[in-house]
Order: sequence, then structure tokens, then C-alpha cells
Amino acid sequence: MNDSPTLRICALYPSRMNIYADRGNMLLLQHRCEARGIGFELTASEAGEHVDPDAHDLFYIGGGQDSDQIQIAGDMLETKQAALAEAAEGGKVILAVCGGYQLLGEYYELADQKVEGLGIVDLRTVREPGERLIGNVMIEFEVDGSPRVLAGFENHGGRTYLESGCPPLGRVLKGHGNNGKDGFEGVHVNNVFGTYLHGPLLPKNAWFADHLTRLALGGDIELEPLDDDLEDLAHESAIRAAGGGSGLMRLTQR
Amino acid sequence: MESVSKLKLGVAKSVGAASRLSGRGGGTSLPGKLLLRLQDDAIARLSSELPRGAVVISATNGKTTTASLLASVLGRSRIPVVHNRAGANMAGGIATALLDATKHGQVQGQLGLFEVDEAWTARIVEQTQPSVLLLANLFRDQLDRYGELETLADSWQQMIAQLPAETRVVLNADDPLLAGLGADRPNTLYFGLTDTSHAEPVPRHAADSKFCRRCGAPLEYEAVQLGHLGIYRCPNGDFARPTPQIAATKITTHGMEGSEITISTPDGPIDCELPIPGLYNVYNAVAATAAAHALDLTAGAISGGLAAARAVFGRVETLEIGGHSVALMLIKNPTGANEVLRTIAEESAPFDLWIALNDKIADGRDVSWIWDADFEMLAGKVGQITCSGTRAEEMALRLAYAGIDRKRLIVERAVEKSFDAAVADSVRAATPIFALPTYTALLELRTAIAKRGDAPSYWGST
Repeated sequence: MNDSPTLRICALYPSRMNIYADRGNMLLLQHRCEARGIGFELTASEAGEHVDPDAHDLFYIGGGQDSDQIQIAGDMLETKQAALAEAAEGGKVILAVCGGYQLLGEYYELADQKVEGLGIVDLRTVREPGERLIGNVMIEFEVDGSPRVLAGFENHGGRTYLESGCPPLGRVLKGHGNNGKDGFEGVHVNNVFGTYLHGPLLPKNAWFADHLTRLALGGDIELEPLDDDLEDLAHESAIRAAGGGSGLMRLTQR
Repeated sequence: MESVSKLKLGVAKSVGAASRLSGRGGGTSLPGKLLLRLQDDAIARLSSELPRGAVVISATNGKTTTASLLASVLGRSRIPVVHNRAGANMAGGIATALLDATKHGQVQGQLGLFEVDEAWTARIVEQTQPSVLLLANLFRDQLDRYGELETLADSWQQMIAQLPAETRVVLNADDPLLAGLGADRPNTLYFGLTDTSHAEPVPRHAADSKFCRRCGAPLEYEAVQLGHLGIYRCPNGDFARPTPQIAATKITTHGMEGSEITISTPDGPIDCELPIPGLYNVYNAVAATAAAHALDLTAGAISGGLAAARAVFGRVETLEIGGHSVALMLIKNPTGANEVLRTIAEESAPFDLWIALNDKIADGRDVSWIWDADFEMLAGKVGQITCSGTRAEEMALRLAYAGIDRKRLIVERAVEKSFDAAVADSVRAATPIFALPTYTALLELRTAIAKRGDAPSYWGST
């Protein structure tokens, strides 16, 4: 990636999988690219449309109601599964959030039906009896040897279980995470990221938007620093809402 | 049904008086909650004493305003109502309104007028057995509290299936999530907007329910009025917007002054001057007209009642503060916020803005929704914006990404302090100021300024 790279995003089913204001993630990526003179291209892939794995650097799928997930799941297997599996294998970035995250795995089992997923990461999701897992959430993981924090909000009825050997995205500091039991949150394999931190998680964690942009553009690109005073304050606000203390806030300062 | 004993009513009433005197709030639902402890079916017992029964109104947006418009029409019709006008709209609030209306152990008043929280609607309907049930819209709102829209619509479907045949169900024909709920009932009354001259060119980001509930195909819209409300059909012919019997056929808006509307009804057209702004309030007025029609009220009472409408608590309420007028407009979800933004963005003169984003339970703890609302409408129109509330910084970031110059943004979490500073700045700059708080920020602000005598007290009407 030399002069004037372009971040090419493919949003999967944006007209259905958008329930928690997933658009915020696209806005954040777009504005930050524009501020740095990086090109930005956003393509929507709706039902019935095939996907070219080589035409995009980052694939995004957001959250939807159960009824939306059921509606798209079949189409996703038919028109997008092969391309997304190839993209994942080839190191493309996939960010799957909430309902989209559940569809990355083998299946999502509801009370009266089993929705088959993409099967590109080794996890299963089950709708178990009991309350939905709702609230502010904060997780921690290492990026290039330094601990970083993602803060956001989760609201899911499904419980997700990773197969042994399938790495989570992070460790839960506050909130429920994948299933409210094992202390793990999300999934991270190669450049495939899945998380229950729903909707606009990138505005709450601008550093993660930059991390994904860097990975999507080939990994060795230097991103020009931006005036991120407000971004840092918003990140701290989300951490505070999740019950994180000032120590964690210091930890997240660059 | 047996009445509630005078002793129980008396105990609950005295608690209400005490909690109001203490000035610490809670007086709109606490006495009712206590009454329900003493008599768990008090709502059913007391509402059965109302000779004309009850009207129950539910919706995501506009229920307080719609109930207040209908109250104004009922006032013109000289029908005494029992109305939870303070907006406390769960069981405790309804029970308090009934309790407040009792005298010598008997409910005084002819008709119950209850706005009810979406999640409480089925329970309140079961207890009050309303003669008219008005369901006005369902939008994406506080998903952490209400769950998914489809689930709520399904529960309303079950509620309607259990109603006696004589209950008049009034539905918004323009809301595809609700319009289908009346299909099995021959006396369902539909309302809607047929004048499409104010329609949006394309649905906004926050629009929900753009898909057929039967086959899942994307609905085809001939016109989108606001959110997902409009004139639609399923491309596979499963479902189309019912023809509304009560319809706004001509709408002329006059900015913040209000609108002129012609509403057609089976009894002939009604011309109204509505003194509250925005297309969303046109919907509220047509909904109130439909309920009034279901109650057999006259055209004169309807047009007079709508024309006499006053802004209700924090819904386009104008306050005079230090000789400066401040318009308070509640925001709480993407579609509601979009309509408020659309209304103020039509102002030709520049204005300042104060926005308070709280994340308490009554606001919804999840503030994701601000990324669904189109704050982009403000870019280039606004002078200074103060962001306040528990999540002030995230509100400011949203505005920065909506194209507002970061130099125009002030962040101060404290509600009263930030509001005073914003008003002082706007007085200095001689610009009007709009105040857009979420629910608990509105309560906090309203309490603070009422204490200083700048606004009528919350308890002024009780």
C-alpha cells in the first residue's frame, strides 16, 4: 500500500442488520479515512447479491432482530458463504457484531428452530432459558503486546460457546460477554472479529477503528494521528458507564 | 364490581399528599403504587366506576401529546375525565390518577383517559377494559427495556385478539407494524396522512419495519411520511396500507408556529389550526381526532380542542428565562429525535442548542441510538452546541461526526450548570436556543428551573 490507499468496505445486509445504529461504525471509519486522505468506498450487499472476496478489504455485518436473522441466514449461505470463507482465509478483515456475530458460527439454536450459520469460526450459539444479557460491558485484550480495552453495550438472548482452540476476542472486565459464564467475549481468528459489543462500538473505541483500518489496508501502513480529544473522552465515558475506574482509563491512553 | 374501601383510598391519598409536600417527586405514581399494594385490582375496580369507560392510548412516540389533545377536545365536549396527565404511564401512574379522582370513596368523572407505556399496555387494557384502544405507532426505542419491535407487536396482536367485539380499536394505517393488527375486527378505525407533500424523499436510517410481516419482502413505499410511517404495500400482495377513515388530506406547516390541517372523517371534513409544530404533531392530532370520532364527539369540539392545544410538559414547551425564550423539546429515540431535528432545522435564523443525553433506566441505558438519529440536519444551521448529561462526551462525538465544527461544541456533564451557561451565551449572542433533553434530563432541568420560578411547577395542574 503506497500512495493514496482506499479502504473498501462491504456492508452485509445493511437494510436489515442495523438495529442498534450500526451505521455509527461506518460513519466513524469513513470520517477518519477522509481526515487522513485515505479513500473510502462503501458497498452494500443485500439479499440475492453475490460478494467478490477480492473487491473489499473489510466486511461488516451488524445486529438484527431474530426475525431478521432468520430471514437472511439462508440467503447468506447461498450467496455469500463461499466468498466470506475465502475472505477470512485470505486475511481480510471481517467485523461481525451482535446478531451478525452469532451468524459467523456453526448455528444459532432458537426455541423452535436452528439457524445454520456461516461456519467460518468454531462456535455455537444457543437461546437458553433466562433473561437476555443486557448492559454496559468492557473487555480487555492485547494488541501488539499492550493491553487495550473495548467498551460498549450488549443486549442478546443467545449464549455463545467457543470450541476449545477457538480464541475469544477478549476477557470480560465488566458485563456478561459470550454467555455470562466463562468470562470470555467475542471471537478473534486471523482477521475475523466477532463481538456482542453492539451497534456503534467504533465511536466508543476509535483506537479499534484505526486498528481495523490498519489491518484492512495491509497491516504495515502508518496512520496519521488525528485530533482525538473528543474520541478519547467518549471512550472514557463508555468505560465509566461500564463501571471502569480511572486506572483503566489511564491504561487506554496512547 | 366492588369498590375500593374508603380506608385504603384514604391511606394511599395521604401518602400522595405527603410525597408532594416533600417536593421530592414521585407524587405521580407513589400513591397509586401503595394503593395497588393494598388492593391489587384497584385499577379494575375504580375504572369500572367510570360511566363512559376508558380510552387507552399507547405508542412509542407522541402518547403524552395525543392524550393531551384528546383531553382538550373532551374539555370542549364537557366530559369530565380522569387523566394521567403528568405522563406517569405505568400501573402506579394510572392508579394514582384514579385515586386522585376519588371523592367520598367514589371516582368522580365520566371517562378514563390513560396514556400507557408500551410494555404495560396489555395489562392496563385487561384491567380497564377500555371502550377505545388507540395504538398510534411503534418505533425503535430503548431496546434494552422493551425488547425487539416484532416481539412487542406480537404481544399487542394477542392483546387485541382477547378484546370483546365492542371495543373500538383505533390504529395508525400508515404504520405497517400496527395496521395489520386490526385485520380481523370489522369495526377497526384507521387514521393516517394522505397529503404526501411533506413526505421524505427516502426513508431515514432509523426506519424500522420496512419488511412485510407475512412474507419478509421489502415493502414498497409510495410515500414515507416519517420513520417507517407512510403509504406502502407488500410487493407480493400480502398486505397493503388500509384506507384510513380519518385522514389528514391537506397539511400546511408554519414552522414553529404550528400547522393547518384538513382532516376528512366519515361525517365530513374538519379544518383545524394546530398550534404545535412538526409533522409528528400532525400525526398526534389526527390520532386524537380518530379517538374523538370513536367517542362520537362533534367536529366543533375537535377543531376547537385542537386549536386550544397547549404544549405539554417538555414537548415543545417554551419557557421565558431571563427575558429569553427557550424551547424545550424531549428527545428519546431516533425517529422522535429526527422529527424534532427536522422541525428546528426548518428555522431560517441561526440558533443555539443544548442537548442532554442521560443513560438512566427511564432514558434507556443504551445510548447507541444517537448514531441512528440524523444530527447531520444541524450542520451549517447551528451556532453553539452544549452537550450535557451522563453521556455528554458521546453526544459531542456524535455531533462532530455529523459535520458540526468541533470548535462549536461545549461539553459539561452537569445538567443545570451547563444549561445556565448555554442560555447566558445565547442571550449574549441574541440567538434563540433549543433545549433537547432525554427524559430524566428533562425532569432534572424542569425541577431545577421550577424551583427558581422560571417555569410553572410540575405540580401546577394537580
